[in-house]
Amino acid sequence: MTTDAIDSAQTPRHEEGTNYINAEYGLLSWLFTIDHKRIAILYMISVTALFFVGGIFALLLRLELMTPQGDLFTSDTYNKLFTLHGVVMIFFFLIPAVPSVLGNFILPLQLGARDLAFPKINLLSWYLYVIGALMGVVVMLLGGVDTGWTFYTPFSTTYSNTWVVPTVLAGFIAGFSSILTGLNFIVTIHKMRAPGLTWFRLPLMVWALYGTSLIQLLATPVLGIALLLIAVERLWQVGIFNPALGGDPILFQHLFWFYSHPAVYIMILPAMGVISEVIACFSRRKIFGYKFVAFSSLAIAFLGFLIWAHHLFVAGISVYSAMIFSFLTMFVAVPSAIKTFNWTSTLYKGSVSYEAPMLYALGFIGMFLIGGLTGLFLATLGIDIHVHDTYFVVAHFHYVMVGSVIMAYFAGIHYWWPKMTGRMYPEWWARLAALLVFVGFNLTFFPQFLLGYLGMPRRYHAYVPEFQVLNVMSTAGATILGAGYLLPLIYFVWALKYAPRASANPWGASGLEWHTPSPPTTHNFEDTPTVTWEAYDEKAWLKEAEKNV
Amino acid sequence: MPNNLPFMPNQGSTLAPHVDALYLVLVAICAFMTIAISGAVVFLALKYKRQPGNEEPQDYKPSTALEAIWIVVPLATFMLFFVLGAIVFFKARRMPDSSMDVWATGRQWMWKFQHPTGQTEINTLHVPVGRPVRMIMTSEDVIHDFYVPDFRVHTDVLPNRYTYNWFEATKPGRYHIFCSEYCGTEHSKMIGTVVVMEPDDYQLWLSGGTSEGSPAAEGKKLFESMACVTCHAAGTGSRGPNLEGVFGTPVKLASGQVVTVDENYVRESILNPQAKIVSGFDPIMPTFQGQVNEAQIMQLVSYIKSLKAPETGRPEAAPAPPANAAAK
Ligand code: HEC
Ligand SMILES: [Cu+2]
Ligand SMILES: [Cu+2]
Repeated sequence: MTTDAIDSAQTPRHEEGTNYINAEYGLLSWLFTIDHKRIAILYMISVTALFFVGGIFALLLRLELMTPQGDLFTSDTYNKLFTLHGVVMIFFFLIPAVPSVLGNFILPLQLGARDLAFPKINLLSWYLYVIGALMGVVVMLLGGVDTGWTFYTPFSTTYSNTWVVPTVLAGFIAGFSSILTGLNFIVTIHKMRAPGLTWFRLPLMVWALYGTSLIQLLATPVLGIALLLIAVERLWQVGIFNPALGGDPILFQHLFWFYSHPAVYIMILPAMGVISEVIACFSRRKIFGYKFVAFSSLAIAFLGFLIWAHHLFVAGISVYSAMIFSFLTMFVAVPSAIKTFNWTSTLYKGSVSYEAPMLYALGFIGMFLIGGLTGLFLATLGIDIHVHDTYFVVAHFHYVMVGSVIMAYFAGIHYWWPKMTGRMYPEWWARLAALLVFVGFNLTFFPQFLLGYLGMPRRYHAYVPEFQVLNVMSTAGATILGAGYLLPLIYFVWALKYAPRASANPWGASGLEWHTPSPPTTHNFEDTPTVTWEAYDEKAWLKEAEKNV
Repeated sequence: MPNNLPFMPNQGSTLAPHVDALYLVLVAICAFMTIAISGAVVFLALKYKRQPGNEEPQDYKPSTALEAIWIVVPLATFMLFFVLGAIVFFKARRMPDSSMDVWATGRQWMWKFQHPTGQTEINTLHVPVGRPVRMIMTSEDVIHDFYVPDFRVHTDVLPNRYTYNWFEATKPGRYHIFCSEYCGTEHSKMIGTVVVMEPDDYQLWLSGGTSEGSPAAEGKKLFESMACVTCHAAGTGSRGPNLEGVFGTPVKLASGQVVTVDENYVRESILNPQAKIVSGFDPIMPTFQGQVNEAQIMQLVSYIKSLKAPETGRPEAAPAPPANAAAK
C-alpha cells in the first residue's frame, strides 16, 4: 500500500466494519432511507419480484403455445396473460432495472460523490414505482387487463371490458418515477463529479446513463399524456381516439410510439454502459474508441426521437412518410454498430479472463448483433410489409430486451455484486447459469424468427397446425431459460451469508467505485477522491489493488 | 403445395418473389456480419486469454481510420437496405391499372367480403388466378389487419376510413388470411381463406352463387331513398355538385386545395361533409353519420363511382387512384 488512494480505500478511518448495510437496522431504516445504495437495494428487491411475476406469465404463455389449439386457457385469459407479461416486464422490470438498480448504486460511486443530487427525490421515485407496481398487482387480482401493453385504440378506449383505467394509471405513476430518476441523474452528473473527473474521464456507464436520463426526462411525459387520454376517453367518452366519437385511432399510435420507441433506448443504453464497464475490466484495457462510444450514446438518445413511425408502416401512413421513417431508422443502427465494433476491438491485445460478468457481456455482443440486425429487417419497408406484427417482431425485440438488456443486467449484477454486498458469488454456478441463459434464450427465440417469416401473427392464442414444431422448440427453450434465471436467485441468496468476503477491488477494475471498501460506507468515500487519470487508465492504482485480493 | 425453401412460406402472389429476394439478400449480409463479428469476439477472447505471460494488456496505438471505416461501411450497407426495401415497397403499394375491386369489412371477429358483382362472403374470398385484386377495406369496430402470408400482403384495417391493398395470385389453391392486429378475445380465430381459382372456375363460381343486387345498384336505391338526389340531381341549379363523372377526378375545394375524389373522399363527404367543402357551394350538406352503416356507405360509394359523365358516353374503367392514395 503505497499510494494515498489505497490507504483511504483499505483502511477506513471511521469505525472498523461499518458500512451502508449495517449502519442502521430495522425495516424502517430501509423504508425511510435516503442513501442511494439502500434505495438501489430496495429497487433490486422489487424489480426482481416483478421479474419473476412477468416470467411466470411468459412460461404460461409458452405452455399454451405447445399445441396449436387453445386448450390450456380461454382466449380471454391468454390475452390477459400476454398483456400483463408485457406491462410488467417493460414498465416494472426493464425500464427501472439497469438505471434504477445498477445506476442508482453505482453512479454516485463512479462520480466520487456522496449521493445523488436529490436523495429524497430518489426515495420518492422508488415509492412512485412501488405504488405503480402495486396498482399493477391489484389489476391482476381484480381480473387483469387484455389490451396488450401497447393499449391500441379504439380497442382500449371503447371495446375492452377489463381494467384498463387502473392499468394506464399504474403506468402513468411509474412514469413519474422514471422522469424523476432521469432528472436526478442528469443534475448529479453535471454537478457532482469529483475534482479532476472531467467529462472525458467519465466511465462509459456514466455517459450511457446520461443519454438514458435525457430520454426518460423528455419522452416519458408524452407517454403519460397518451395514457391519460385513454383514461379520459374511456371514462367520459370524449372523442380523442375513437372514430365513432370523432377521434383518430392512429393518433394514439403516434403518441404511444413517440415514447415507446425511445423507451427501447431507456432499456438498451444503460445496458450498453454496463457492457463497456465489464469488457474494459475483464480485458484490462481502456475501451477502444472511448469518445466514439461515449458520443454514440448521445447519438442514440437523439436519433431515437426521430423514428417512432417505423411502427406504423402498414397502419395507413403515406408512402412518403414511411420512406422517411425507414431512412431515419437506418441511421440509429450506426451508433450501435460503432459500439459493437469498439467492444470487439477492445479485446485485441488485452488480457481477457472469463468470469461470469464477462461471459454475459460476450454473449450480449452476439445477441445484440442479431437483435439489432433483425431490427434493420423491420426497418426495411419491403420486408416489414410481410413480417410486421408477426413472431419475427416478437423475436427481434426479445433479442434486444431479453438477450441483450437482461444479459447486461445480469452481467452488471455479478460485476458489482461484491461491491453491493461485500461478498463474492460462486463463480462456477454463475458460469453455468450464464450458459443456461444463453442456450435457453436462443432456443426460445430463434425459432420465432422463422415462425414470423412463415407468417404466424403475434398475440395468437391458437394457431394453424403447421407452426407447431417451431413453437414446441421455443417452449422447450423457455424452460431452460427459466432454470437459467432461477439459478442466480438461489446462489445470490446463498452468497449473502456463505460466500467469501470481497476486497475493495476484487476484479482489479478501474473506476472510482473500486476505490472504496466493499460494501461502501454510508458516505461512500472517507475523503473525496481526486482523479488524475484518464478513464480506464489507473494502472498504478490497479497493481496495488491486485495485491490485496 | 410444397415449400420452395425451408422456413419460407409459399410464393402465392406476384409480389412474393420480390419480398423473398430482398429478405434473402438481407439474411446473407446480416448472417455474414453476425458470424464475422461473433467469430472475431470468440477468436480474440481466446487468443488474448489471461494466462502467465499475458497478465497485462499489450500497448499499441489505436487507429482512428478504423473508426471511420466502421462508421461508413455499416451506414452504406444500411442505406442499401433502405433503397432495396423502398423499391419493393413501391411495387407493393402501386395499385395495378386494371384491377378487380373487392370490398372487405373487418369486425370482431370475422371478415366480410363484397364482390362488385354482388356476391358476399364471410371469411372466405374467391378470386381468379392471374388477375390483380384490389382490396378496399374498413373496420366496423377496432383496428384489424388483413394479412395473407403467402401473398406477403399486410395492411391494417381501420375503423375510420378505407385502406387499400392489392395482390395478384399466381397459383390456384387455398391460402390463409390472418388478422394480424390484436383485436380482442377471438383475435386468433379471425382467420379465413383466399380460394384462388382458374378463371373459368371462377366464372362458374360467380354464376353459381346466390347474388344479391350489385353494390352500385343498391347504392342507387339508397341515393334516392336518403334524398341525396334532392341536392345532387344532374343538371344545373342544383344545391349540391353534380356527382356524375367526378370519381377519380380532381376537385377544387373552398380552401383552395385540390384533392382527387376517391373512396375515402366520398366516404368523408357522407360522414363529415364539413371537412372538405367543394369550391362554389355552401356547406349545407347534412352529416349522415349514424344513419348509414358500413355496408350502405360502401354501396353509396360504389354507386357514385359508377356514375359516368354524360359526355363521355359509355365509360371506360374508372381510373385507379395514384399510388400513394393507397396509404392516404
Ligand atoms: C342538403 C343538400 C344535400 C344533401 C341532402 C346531400 N348533399 Fe352531398 N353535397 C351537398 C353540397 C352543397 C355539397 C358541396 C359542398 C360540400 O362539399 O360540402 C355536397 C357534396 C357532396 C359530395 C362531394 C362532391 C364533390 O364534387 O366533391 C359528395 C360525394 C356528396 N355530397 C354525396 C352525398 C350523398 C351520398 C348524399 C346522400 C346520402 C348527399 N350528398 C346528400 C349537398 C347535399
Ligand atoms: Cu381482427
Ligand atoms: Cu385481430
